[in-house]
Amino acid sequence: MKQDLGLVAQRVRGHVVEMIGKARSGHPGGSLSATDILTFLYFQKMNIDPQNPHWEKRDRFVLSKGHAAPALYAVLAERGFFPTEELLGLRQFGSRLQGHPDCLKTPGVDASTGSLGQGLSIANGLALAARLNGESWRTYVLMGDGELEEGQIWEAAMTTVHYNLTNLTAIVDHNKLQIDGQISDVKLKGSIAERFRAFGWHTVEIDGHDFSAIEQAFDQAEQAAVPTVIVAHTIKGRGVSFMENQANWHGSAPGAEQVEAALRELGREC
Amino acid sequence: MKRYFPKTEKQATRDAYGDALVEWGAKEERLVVLDADLSQSTKTNKFAKAYPDRFFQMGVAEQDMLGTAAGLSLGGKIAFASSFAIFATGRAFEQIRNSIAYPSLNVKVAATHAGITVGEDGASHQAIEDIALMRAVPNMHILVPADSQATKEAVRLAIETPGPFYLRMGREATPLIYDPDEKFAVGKGKLLREGNHAAIIACGVMVAPALEAAEQLAQEGILVRVIDAFSIKPLDQELVLAASRETRGIVVVEEHNTLGGLGGAVAELVTASAPCRVLRLGTNDRFGQSGKPPELLAEYGLTKEDIVQAVKSL
Repeated sequence: MKQDLGLVAQRVRGHVVEMIGKARSGHPGGSLSATDILTFLYFQKMNIDPQNPHWEKRDRFVLSKGHAAPALYAVLAERGFFPTEELLGLRQFGSRLQGHPDCLKTPGVDASTGSLGQGLSIANGLALAARLNGESWRTYVLMGDGELEEGQIWEAAMTTVHYNLTNLTAIVDHNKLQIDGQISDVKLKGSIAERFRAFGWHTVEIDGHDFSAIEQAFDQAEQAAVPTVIVAHTIKGRGVSFMENQANWHGSAPGAEQVEAALRELGREC
Repeated sequence: MKRYFPKTEKQATRDAYGDALVEWGAKEERLVVLDADLSQSTKTNKFAKAYPDRFFQMGVAEQDMLGTAAGLSLGGKIAFASSFAIFATGRAFEQIRNSIAYPSLNVKVAATHAGITVGEDGASHQAIEDIALMRAVPNMHILVPADSQATKEAVRLAIETPGPFYLRMGREATPLIYDPDEKFAVGKGKLLREGNHAAIIACGVMVAPALEAAEQLAQEGILVRVIDAFSIKPLDQELVLAASRETRGIVVVEEHNTLGGLGGAVAELVTASAPCRVLRLGTNDRFGQSGKPPELLAEYGLTKEDIVQAVKSL
């Protein structure tokens, strides 16, 4: 499946833009920056069964940056958890695709998230449960970089190391922007990897849009003697030129013409 | 009718909680317990000693503790997370709301040191808002045990009933009320004493003084019924509405603020279907303070005499 990852990610980006455009609300920037990582996880890395989303031995994924839900939904639909036609119901009344992930509503969503800072703790709990049961499934958790301003993340970062949860891999989608601007201007300055190392983590820094680098990083994470966080340097809005590196595309929806332009750029016929 | 009255033997509900966890540890393999550096006070240290592999010390980090409990529950466990009531429900409110209650997870927030009977530690450590906070969250169940047997039953019910629970327990040793064979149910209160003059509805440590007040009133010829509102959410509607219809009024007693707690629950219910006067005894929108528990109960109007007076004022 590996050779298709780029194409899958391209389709996912198309869905993301279209879904958010149709909903007239949502978070395109951080969805597009996380798309390649999510595509890699669901199409190559994770041991899952779309026909059996509650399979007990499956790998788990926690989208701590829950506002990237459109990218997660698009990946899940492409992977076969539910029909891609359902994607255009994003954020609409009666839809299974809530504004932020709801594990009771959407097949394939392993944890309800949306309020930032809570996903690493949830992932730690999942990893502890797997270990208690003597099971080999892994837990993956994707955090935003702005999200690291939440104190609970660092409480949880201590927990992961204290219990040496090497059956968990954390990823930071380091796109350098949050709602109010550059993360370094808003609050978070300096190296993210250094911070995690100070807490006792193994760190890997990669280009979060390079599939072979992503693959190597996840493989390396499984070999480490301590928990690993992959700091993935990404571009907010990746793949849609007018959205790239623009903080104002964090949480605003493209209009109809912008959707068309974005889809053309992503190689989709409109 | 069976006679209920505070016994001379005392035990803190937190002690009974620790014992109940150990008992269930042997019976229920899915049971795990988390604590935030207060295991000696919440008595989860008993479980930690008996089942070290299933006990998770989370450090002084309540938000992380509740989030981790959510993850353990998603991994198939029944997770009890303990701290003082103010830190469990206040510090980690939003984790309980979003990570636990919204997805209706099998996490049991089992808090001790609730209310002003915490005593000397003072207002910062005396939760008087916890019932109100937990009541307002959809999917949440709330049980407030009045003694050791009620606590054991609360632990049993929380284990056997899927979904999020809040268990509210106290620090102080209080009189035993129930025999060891007394059974409780989610959504059911206990009618402890019959009487049609008025009804006293109490929870937790206030059940014993409520029974004593009823006894004193009976000696004066005033027969009041006493209800232990063990299950605050869901509330025993039948029992409360009967009290409203069959008596001249209700006195609610709780060591909690008079806003949003048991008094609020009772008032909200009766106004909709069977209005009556409802007097609410609680901390009356004041914070607690340092002092010995009996001094504080007197200061905040939560003694047997206060209850007697409230009944007479109806």
